Amino acid sequence: MLAWAVVGILGLLAVLLVLNSGEALGKFGFSFVTGTTWDPIAAIYGALPFIVGTIASSLIAIILATPIGLLTAIFLAELAPRRVAIPLTFTIELLAAIPSVVFGLWGVFVLGPFLSKTVEAWLVSTLGWIPIFAGPPFGVGLFTAGVILTLMILPTIVAISRDVITAVPDSQREAMLALGATRWEMITKSVLPYARSGIIGAVILGLGRALGETMAVTMVIGNRPQVPQSIFDSSQTIASQIATTFNEASVGLQTSALIGLGLVLLVITMTLNVIARLLVWRVAGPQGPN
Amino acid sequence: MNLETAVRGPDAAIEGPPGRSEPAPVPVMPVPRPVVTPSEPAPAAEGGGEITIKGLSVYYGGFRAVRDVELTIPPRAVTAIIGPSGCGKSTFLRTLNRMHELVPGARVEGTVALDGIDIYSPEVDPVQLRRVVGMVFQRPNPFPTMSIYDNVTAGLRLTGRHKRSELDDIVERSLRRAALWDEVKDKLKQPGTSLSGGQQQRLCIARALSVDPEVILMDEPASALDPIATLRVEELIAELRRQYTIVIVTHNMQQASRVSDRTAFFTMGEERAGYLVEAGDTVKIFTNPRERLTEDYISGRFG
Amino acid sequence: MRTIAMGAAFLCAAPLIAVLFFVAANGISAFSLDLITKAPRALGIGGGAANAVVGTLQMVPVAALIAVPVGVLGAVYIAEFANRRSARVIRFCADVLVGVPSILIGIFVFTFLVLPFHQFNAFAGSVALAVIMIPVVMRTTEESLHLVPNALREASLALGVPAWRTVLSVVLRTGLPGILTGTMLAIARAMGETAPLLFTALGSRVVNVGDFGRPMDALPLFIYVNARQPVDALNQQAWGAAFLLLLVVLIINVAVRARSWGQRIG
Repeated sequence: MLAWAVVGILGLLAVLLVLNSGEALGKFGFSFVTGTTWDPIAAIYGALPFIVGTIASSLIAIILATPIGLLTAIFLAELAPRRVAIPLTFTIELLAAIPSVVFGLWGVFVLGPFLSKTVEAWLVSTLGWIPIFAGPPFGVGLFTAGVILTLMILPTIVAISRDVITAVPDSQREAMLALGATRWEMITKSVLPYARSGIIGAVILGLGRALGETMAVTMVIGNRPQVPQSIFDSSQTIASQIATTFNEASVGLQTSALIGLGLVLLVITMTLNVIARLLVWRVAGPQGPN
Repeated sequence: MNLETAVRGPDAAIEGPPGRSEPAPVPVMPVPRPVVTPSEPAPAAEGGGEITIKGLSVYYGGFRAVRDVELTIPPRAVTAIIGPSGCGKSTFLRTLNRMHELVPGARVEGTVALDGIDIYSPEVDPVQLRRVVGMVFQRPNPFPTMSIYDNVTAGLRLTGRHKRSELDDIVERSLRRAALWDEVKDKLKQPGTSLSGGQQQRLCIARALSVDPEVILMDEPASALDPIATLRVEELIAELRRQYTIVIVTHNMQQASRVSDRTAFFTMGEERAGYLVEAGDTVKIFTNPRERLTEDYISGRFG
Repeated sequence: MRTIAMGAAFLCAAPLIAVLFFVAANGISAFSLDLITKAPRALGIGGGAANAVVGTLQMVPVAALIAVPVGVLGAVYIAEFANRRSARVIRFCADVLVGVPSILIGIFVFTFLVLPFHQFNAFAGSVALAVIMIPVVMRTTEESLHLVPNALREASLALGVPAWRTVLSVVLRTGLPGILTGTMLAIARAMGETAPLLFTALGSRVVNVGDFGRPMDALPLFIYVNARQPVDALNQQAWGAAFLLLLVVLIINVAVRARSWGQRIG
């Protein structure tokens, strides 16, 4: 019935992307993924700058969001009294409802300048001798994009982690406590190991979201189609490259190349998504958290 | 461990296990297997593990779940807590290692003294207490992410003991005491949940034993097991009682009559508060109880 | 350790406040009746965001008109009629679809609704939004259907009511609040999506009423375009539109979730 529409859509999407990127992929083959030059005028298309930009910005987001998100989930699930947990959970969930473009707007005019004067300036002054921390920090670039992505994937990581932690059976908690564990030891030694695969699933799902995030990233990343050398450099992700150049692209090779970029992104995010769902299923059951 | 023995004087009197008499010729409750009589008297204890309960009431918020318990649990013996469902047996058991405090709003009145020290006094840390008073639960709950070896050492690692050789010895000793060593000695690295139900429960017992407690609380430890596994656990309890004080909650009267030295009978009273009806030597309780209610329960007239 | 965890939790809650605060602070001053009623001026600055408001008000309902029937009926199928295997496959695909970056959905719809006609159009925009909404509506509907106790179904069937009618009168009616919740959340999401519209509806400085065969603007597109202009007054308009969008989206979310909140936690 109509239900099969989703299967159809997914299938059609994959097929159409493959078909329409055929021209570029056929022309460049593997070097499409490894080439570092993206030059429409010279008709050379190498996707590496965007792959690096995508992975780097998402990596920053995961590195920041995982500890904060996990600690928050532990707090909400195990430590906080109800009257604190409820409004906090509510607030964090609302964060997920903010449209990406609004995040981008706020990022360009508020977060970026703030970061460049505070965190980025501090990082450059203390760690600037390491190449990837080299300045100057403009507030627009990989790092700011990473921070915005952190904010955007936190609700995902918190919500799913909280659900899998709550799903750990009480008998496990009691067993550890009866051996003479403090509350924190109980959490780290019995609850978290039990929920481990679910938490990893939550992080991977967050990673998947970060990889595909478009608008907020496009607005703060600087849009420079070159492999970044430092985290404060301007950069470009796959999604932001497509967003900024698709409409002006000449139909034919360039469009095909951009669709090829999309295909690369699709493969990465779909793989991560499937792995993550399987991991979450293992702890929280097939219905899964919402 | 240190908490209690440090405070106790060196020459406090130790009460040995209660004397045992032959079963009465016509018992009210048939006793299918003779209770095992220790062949030698219990060795002079250095710990003890006697629990004295005075005026204990347990509240959940405003609701009183258990009222006014006065009971002495002798050291190095098995005390069974019997009674109909819902009369507060498990609640009472959990007050002995302060596990009931996990429920928000739970509190107690009265005193529970372990070797003379009130476990509810402010100087006693519940975390430390639980290393002296261990617990085995109704459903076996080994840690699924840990191997058999790690399950046994879980409690030890909490106290910071990590030396491999030390742990190896304790693992073997604990598993032997739990009558599980021969069955698992070749597969110590396998996950704790790879064992059968009965084996898992013995693993949980080994886990509780490894921290060398004085008291072991058992909350219906065999109710989730098949008859053969149940038998093994009962045999295990009979062996363990020479070294540990065991308090076992069970709704299986025959089991209580088989394994315990003393029995305490609880029932539900007014306003759904459980209370202790009668406590005494197991044989006496089952053959010649003092209270009418006890006799009714034992002969199956209710609950 | 507990204080660190608490700190982390409040750190998570802070951004919402920060975003709300700045959007309101900057947006309120730009927010006026003009913003909603006037179209952008052809030359120079001034005017408003009528093109965007009108566009969103048209494309989102059309998207919902496509997505809600497909999503709800699809969910009914998986929850009530399908065998376990089919249900698992469909559910799995829906979950995967939720994770597909929205920009790829834009490209997807572009290839068959824009490219063949060489014409950016608002209908393609609605379809793209619908593709995003369908899996969300389907999953939330399925969950509310699962919450309907089996006893109700059995009672109806035992009275001799045919299965399809049982579903219609009993199950759907009981699950209706949950279905509405899911639909409202999906609509809020569609209102805020930009990427899928970039290559379908494209956006337009002209107010487009009713012509789905041509480009149409939308609030998120308006914000995006105006935020990137190096002109202060246009940036201000972006804040104003963002304020409007955020307000509506948050109100929908709060209204819809507030009720189920107390029950879910604990």
